[in-house]
Formats: sequence, structure tokens, C-alpha cells
Amino acid sequence: MNAIKESLPVFAAFATGLVLGAGNMVPSWLLSHDLPMVLLSLLVFMAGMGLGAGDDLRTMAHGFNPKLLLPLCTVIGSLLFSAAGVLLFSGRSLADCLAVGSGFGYYSLSSVLIADLKSVTAGPEAATELATVALLANIVREMVAIMFLPLFSKVGGGMAAISVAGINSMDVCLPMIVRCAGDRQVIPQALFHGIALEVSVPMLIGAFC
Amino acid sequence: MFRILFFLMAGIGAGYLLRRTRLVKFTGQATRIAVVALLFVFGASIGANGELIGSLSRFGAQAAIFALLGVAGSLFAVGMARHLFFNGKGGAR
Repeated sequence: MNAIKESLPVFAAFATGLVLGAGNMVPSWLLSHDLPMVLLSLLVFMAGMGLGAGDDLRTMAHGFNPKLLLPLCTVIGSLLFSAAGVLLFSGRSLADCLAVGSGFGYYSLSSVLIADLKSVTAGPEAATELATVALLANIVREMVAIMFLPLFSKVGGGMAAISVAGINSMDVCLPMIVRCAGDRQVIPQALFHGIALEVSVPMLIGAFC
Repeated sequence: MFRILFFLMAGIGAGYLLRRTRLVKFTGQATRIAVVALLFVFGASIGANGELIGSLSRFGAQAAIFALLGVAGSLFAVGMARHLFFNGKGGAR
């Protein structure tokens, strides 16, 4: 119950934005590309403040932690299950399915990369189509992560929450991951996970397109 | 990525310098507001993108299934990893 209460304002904000945006009722400055960037930067800055104000930095310096292998889990798990798309959608090749799965919630970069790289091999039309699927799929992944983060955290612990969040574990989902885990100790792991995935997205999509 | 690292480092520095002040206590609340604002802006930009909304009917279901496959795969992999390497303990709790 508490899990639902946690994500309700977030969902309400998203739904309100969606409706107002669709109805052309938002001023154009709200739709600028810089605004999300500013808000994201603010979020990361504040996460850093929490880290700097606590004692976590000292404990962080304690050598190698096997939990740093978490990005690898996210990559392997996401791609393994995304491959099943080949059985569900006729006309999608294995490489297509893996490319869509390789976004890990990073909808902006993954869709642009797919549109770009795929148009060389499959023509602009097929490339745009797959890019649209990737864009939507990764937006939905981010939404699912945000909405159900408290649930994933409760059932599977902090690592499950970080993994499901994918690339967003380092920014959009970070505050909620910390709150659900009840421990700032997860911040380094969540950041490392997001950064490692951010680096892997272009490499994986490049390999699959 | 460099933007993220830059703001993280700046935040850590600011948090360290301000750790004895009350300002640090407000970051939790401010973070919550920023997330809600971000999602509102996010929703508005999707809603205002007519092309994207139009393609929902064609590719929406497929995209949703891919998203759920990714989420399920992540949970599966973490479950396996916890079972194999972390003796089934609660992970980064």
C-alpha cells in the first residue's frame, strides 16, 4: 500500500503532463530540450549532496565489491528476455529484438542510434519503424521502473530496483531507489550501474544494427 | 555521462561543505519535487508529440511487451546473481 502511495504523485504528474501536452495546453518553454536536462542535473547534484553530507564516501572506498557486477546482470537478463521477441513478433529478427532491448530505458539515445545505424543496412523506412518501437519500449520501461520501483525494491531488494531502472538508476530513478532502500549506501552502486549501461548502449546497438 | 559526473562531484562537494547546516535536510523534499516536475515535463513532451502518439496504436503493444521483457529479464538476472553469489541475501538494502 505504501508502495502505491510513493509513486502516485509521480504517476499523476506524468498523466497530467500527457493530457495537457496532447491538448496543446502547455507553453513552449516547457517543451524545450534543456528543461529535462536541467532537472536531471539538479537531481544528480542533490544526490551528490546527500552523499557528500554523509559518511558513505569513506565506506565507499573499501575496495572491490562484487555488487559492481550488477550492470552485467542487467545486460544479460534484459537481452536474454528481449530475444524472446523473435518468437512473439513475426518479421522481427533476433538482432532487431536485441537492439530494442539494448536501450535499458535510455529511449532518446537508443532510438536515435537505431534510426541512424539501421538505415544504412535496412533502409530508412525499416530503420524508423524499429526506432519508434525502441523509443516506445524504452519509455515504457522507464515508466514501469518509476511506477513499480517501491514494489521491486520490497520484493527483490535494492539490486532488483537498480537493475529494473536500467540506465535511469543514475538519475530519474535514483531518489526513489535511495528512499526505497532506506540507505544512501546504494547511491554509488546505482550510479555505477547507470554509467556502465550508458557506455554499453552505443556499443550494443552498434553491434546489433 | 560527463554532465552526470560533473554534477555529482559538484553535489558531493557542496554536501560536504554544507554538512553541518540545515540546508542538507531539505534535499530529500527538493528531490521529490524535482522528480514530479521532471515526469510532468516528460509527459507533456510525449503528449505534444503527435507523431509518437499516432504510432502508439501501431507499435504500442509491441513496445510494451519489449519493455516488460526487459524488466522481467533484469529481475531474473538479479535473482540468479543473488542466488549464486550473494547467498540469497537482500542485496544492496
